Amino acid sequence: MKTLRDTWLVFQRHMLLLGRSPLSILLGVAQPVVYMALFAPLLKPALASMGADSMTDAYRIYVPGMLVALALGGGLYVGFGLLAELASGVIERARVTPVSRVALLLGRALRDVVVLVIQAAVIIVLAMPLGLFVHITDLLLAYALLALITLTSSAVSYGLALKVSDPNALGQVVNNIAQPLMLLSGTLLPLALAPLWLRRISDVNPFSRAVVGMRALFAGHAGDSSVWQGIALLAAVALVALAWSARLFARSVR
Amino acid sequence: MIRTRGLRKTFRTGRRRKSTTVEAVAGLDLTVGEGEIFGFLGPNGAGKTTTLRMLATLLPPDGGEAVVAGADLRTAQAEVRRSIGYVAQGGGTWDDVTAREELVLQARMHGIGRAEAQARAAEALDAFDLTAFADRNCRTYSGGQRRRVDIALGVVHRPKVLFLDEPTSGLDPQSRSHMWDEIRRLRTAGMTVFLTTHYLDEADALCDRIAIIDGGGIVAEGTPTELKRGIAGEVVTLEVADHAAKAAEVLAALDCVRSAEVRDEGDVRLSVDAGETAMPRVMRALADVGVELTTIELHRPTLDDVFLTKTGRSLRES
Repeated sequence: MKTLRDTWLVFQRHMLLLGRSPLSILLGVAQPVVYMALFAPLLKPALASMGADSMTDAYRIYVPGMLVALALGGGLYVGFGLLAELASGVIERARVTPVSRVALLLGRALRDVVVLVIQAAVIIVLAMPLGLFVHITDLLLAYALLALITLTSSAVSYGLALKVSDPNALGQVVNNIAQPLMLLSGTLLPLALAPLWLRRISDVNPFSRAVVGMRALFAGHAGDSSVWQGIALLAAVALVALAWSARLFARSVR
Repeated sequence: MIRTRGLRKTFRTGRRRKSTTVEAVAGLDLTVGEGEIFGFLGPNGAGKTTTLRMLATLLPPDGGEAVVAGADLRTAQAEVRRSIGYVAQGGGTWDDVTAREELVLQARMHGIGRAEAQARAAEALDAFDLTAFADRNCRTYSGGQRRRVDIALGVVHRPKVLFLDEPTSGLDPQSRSHMWDEIRRLRTAGMTVFLTTHYLDEADALCDRIAIIDGGGIVAEGTPTELKRGIAGEVVTLEVADHAAKAAEVLAALDCVRSAEVRDEGDVRLSVDAGETAMPRVMRALADVGVELTTIELHRPTLDDVFLTKTGRSLRES
């Protein structure tokens, strides 16, 4: 109960901060929008292997993958914000109070989910004239999947920030984690053309399952087994990531 | 209100192979009474902030024990946190949030309900003279205003003990003296204040008791007056028209004078316990024996003299 109340407190504060610098949300969307405009046409021939005969089909395959990339990539970089907060003393100020340690993490991670929801909405709206179409129930399931991915990636990023503490080193670590995860999830480049061994590795990447699930949802196949499997798998992964990160938050060191 | 026994903290520095350990705090024993302004005086790197952070539950001690506001620091951290306020040297506010919003959040993080938190925030804003710009973002505040917000954040939940790390560091003289008044007011309200400083005048003017820390340990402890008297007493220097030797002999016999000597310059140097009561008696004694006094001067030792005596170097240099 106290954890919920404290999480709400921390979340509220971060929503307030977000509302006062809304530009940061839009800047986060800029890159995916550019990708959508430039990459998708470029990849159309490659996406043909996944059944894309037209530009519309290409977007239906490309955009869900990009949303996963946005949730994964965007989340992995939130640790930098935490480093800035650590330097400014606001975290220390919270740590001398009896406020729940888990709430310090959850409140921030939920803010990251809200940011993603807004960014994803912008991209989906922009992609609609290009032929993207999704049912509202499928969209809600897609959002659930994206929220779980964001919770995972931001929890990991906060944990890494607490462990690494040096912004330059954090950048390296995050890049080294983000790149292979993205490539092996088939978000931006399709894995259909990849050699078998690469596909095998990608099969064990939970985010690659998420991408398959997302694509099924945007194709209107909510009943596809990849959907519930993806959600279940990501829920488990998110729990592990949150538990790990919350433990780091709870340690009164630093 | 605070009691530590053998409190210890060691840091490891450098790479794994060549790592060396630095004993930041080496077995600290101190006692701070209720309602006291206790000053922790020492040069940078002496272990002041480390001690403060340990007592404020931010850093786990490596050894020793401590009781803060009746709760054991090692086993009852949550209880300690309920009774303390802590203000870091650099403060800690978000730039895009107002002082009022910060105070409400801080009170709520201490578990206070929404309405009560609003009332406490308004009260703290008023007490620290912040009401006029309470609804402006923190980034617009001057150094002195920001520091007052920091301290208001430290006391908004009415703690029993307030820890202040270098409360006036970087403030102009006027803001500093305002800050001293604020801190004295907190004591009047019954709060125990534990502060660190490397300013001698601050320790002297503000603190009821002082511990001088150097190299991770306490080298002297007491009221500023006790400490200053403890090292050499006070010194009265006087010049006489003639008969300097006779004057010294007469004055040495007074019970308020510890020692008297004639210096090369021909003046007389007296070591006394309390200069302000010794001086009139010195003058009367000299008049009784007919020695004419030309000048008389009282030199009181400063805390820097204390530091110099205890550590062999001046605090200003270190």
